[in-house]
Amino acid sequence: MPGTVMTMSKAINQGLADAMAADDRVLMMGEDVGPLGGVFRVTEGLHARFGGDRVLDTPLGEAGIVGAAIGLAMRGYRPICEIQFDGFVYPAFDQITSQLAKLTNRHEGSARFPVVVRIPFGGHIGAVEHHQESPEAYFAHTAGLRVVSPSTPNDAYWMMRQSIESDDPIVFFEPKGRYWPKGDVDLGAPAADLHASRVVRTGTDATVVAYGPMVSVALAAAEVAATEGTSIEVVDLRSLSPIDYAPVVASAEKTGHVVVASEAPGFVSVMSEVAATVSERAFYSLEAPVLRVASFDAPFPPAKLESIYLPDADRILDAVDRSLAY
Amino acid sequence: MATLHDSEEQPTGARNTVRFLDTEGRFAPTPAAEEFAPRLEGLEDSLLEEFYRDMVVTRRFDIEAGHLQRQGQLGLWVPSHGQEAAQVGSGRAAREQDTIFPSYREHAVARIRGVDLLDVLRLLRGLTHGGWNPAEVGNFRLYTLVIGSQTLHATGYAMGVALDNAPSGDVTKDEAVLVYFGDGATSQGDTNEALVWAASYQTPQVFFLQNNHWAISVPVSRQSRVPLVQRASGFGIPATQVDGNDVLASYAVSAHHLDEARSGRGPRFIEALTYRIGAHTTSDDPTRYRASEELALWESRDPIARYRKYLVGKGASEQFFAGVEEEAADHAADIRKRLLESVTPPTDLMFDHVYSERHPLPPLQKAQLAEFEASFGEAN
Repeated sequence: MPGTVMTMSKAINQGLADAMAADDRVLMMGEDVGPLGGVFRVTEGLHARFGGDRVLDTPLGEAGIVGAAIGLAMRGYRPICEIQFDGFVYPAFDQITSQLAKLTNRHEGSARFPVVVRIPFGGHIGAVEHHQESPEAYFAHTAGLRVVSPSTPNDAYWMMRQSIESDDPIVFFEPKGRYWPKGDVDLGAPAADLHASRVVRTGTDATVVAYGPMVSVALAAAEVAATEGTSIEVVDLRSLSPIDYAPVVASAEKTGHVVVASEAPGFVSVMSEVAATVSERAFYSLEAPVLRVASFDAPFPPAKLESIYLPDADRILDAVDRSLAY
Repeated sequence: MATLHDSEEQPTGARNTVRFLDTEGRFAPTPAAEEFAPRLEGLEDSLLEEFYRDMVVTRRFDIEAGHLQRQGQLGLWVPSHGQEAAQVGSGRAAREQDTIFPSYREHAVARIRGVDLLDVLRLLRGLTHGGWNPAEVGNFRLYTLVIGSQTLHATGYAMGVALDNAPSGDVTKDEAVLVYFGDGATSQGDTNEALVWAASYQTPQVFFLQNNHWAISVPVSRQSRVPLVQRASGFGIPATQVDGNDVLASYAVSAHHLDEARSGRGPRFIEALTYRIGAHTTSDDPTRYRASEELALWESRDPIARYRKYLVGKGASEQFFAGVEEEAADHAADIRKRLLESVTPPTDLMFDHVYSERHPLPPLQKAQLAEFEASFGEAN
């Protein structure tokens, strides 16, 4: 079936279904993930196919979802939790950061905790408060967790399969604004390791580093820049913990100009970490400081203002121009 | 300005409490105890003596650990003094196949399940965050320090038990889960969610609440207006209140409810009324917040003294009691000796178990630290 065209939503659904078919210890649990198929329909059809003991519509409580998943993992299951929206993960924050993240360390090698926490995140859907946030830095900051975010349907399928196969806890950020565009999915074999970053557009003048929902924005910016004679290389991080720096540093050494872009507010963000590390590792190649493009350090605004709040191609191009002008 | 209402009343008075032994050690079951009396029939004297041994050895260990903390050998100690009957009765009621989720004060249960209590001290000496492998030591999970977190883990685990096998009907084989928590934990969201989940999925588990009346310095009257045992009915979980200082009551009720749970009849809740005779930890001073009269009242209900009188009445010999004392002293001395011999773990411990699979940061930083430390060696 190589070359199947599907949406990211469907690709994740397919990844969940294939993983559940391959291993009956894999469980899906969350709010409304059963007959409804989740509020974004990512779990559509799973309940009908695998039944209520594999696809659990849980009581409404995020701490309960993750806490119970930890207990199931102790029993040998491989639970996948769906947190309905990004802004609803905080009730589970303690179970994720104080328990799930630390249990491997606490057990000193005697137990593994293969739990995937799926979180639809980011803006672009015009929703109410708490439904468009980018909380990934909290989790990337926490040792013991792995944090990933796909930007394409193909990555979404394979990164979900790889995440479920991992014996470590993984927080899987799904860019909900990218759920519906279609793309090729090669069901034959994964294109990359779960934690590999990747150059998704080659260029020579400047590097834009992005992940998740910002990759398509960076690619759009590169397209515009090309018409103006500026060649932008785009690197998709794919994984936020760990971060695979080799392609990022190689690109920085090639272009000498690096812009990092995310939907998350910039203060103490994943991209501030990337900026610091690029500065450390590519210092003599840089022609300008690493510049950050991010959402503002204010709560996510009412939806009518989100297009101003979220970085767009123009803000990325503005940063590229400022870098090139150094 | 107005004031928030403050309750003077303790909401947790006796309420159809199951008790077999009065404070003088006489076998005098309360009306509520009758239902559970069959659980005590045919118990061998050796098991009855084992209850006593468990309590005395743990008490002596607890005292030793307190000394070790005062002598600077432990960073902190968490005494279990006064709660031995609640713990030993329930711990002995659990069957071998059961899985137990402790909070962090269940030293008696840890010992019953085969944990080397040195490993509990290693945790409080700052040598480990864990201490044992639960899969190899009596299915006794690690201590959990965040209040109430373990209740959800227990419920998830019990969901897994239920998913793995339908009850066979053989109580010697079917599994149950036993989770310990305290009166403070009943106010936590996690504990309440665990009760919701357990009721919803009808998990094979027993929630064992040790109401020791104090959450550090805050009395249980701040946590609840109603007896905590009453809370369970709101979740749809059958519950029993026991005299937690009566080891026979704790045993009988725990054995009954664990068998109910393992047989597919859903979760159960036990409130054991007991008292934390010592401090919350060696870091606090109970004289600042609780009355000496209250302490004296509960000291008069001491679980070990009561049970000793019962055993004397049953004809236990002085030789038996002397033997237990000697064993307890030897155990404490052995733990002290081994604790003082324990060595600080290598710095590798910080890095080696952050992840189960390869992650670049821990090995990188481990190498950087080694290089940094080696640089001093070269300077010398």
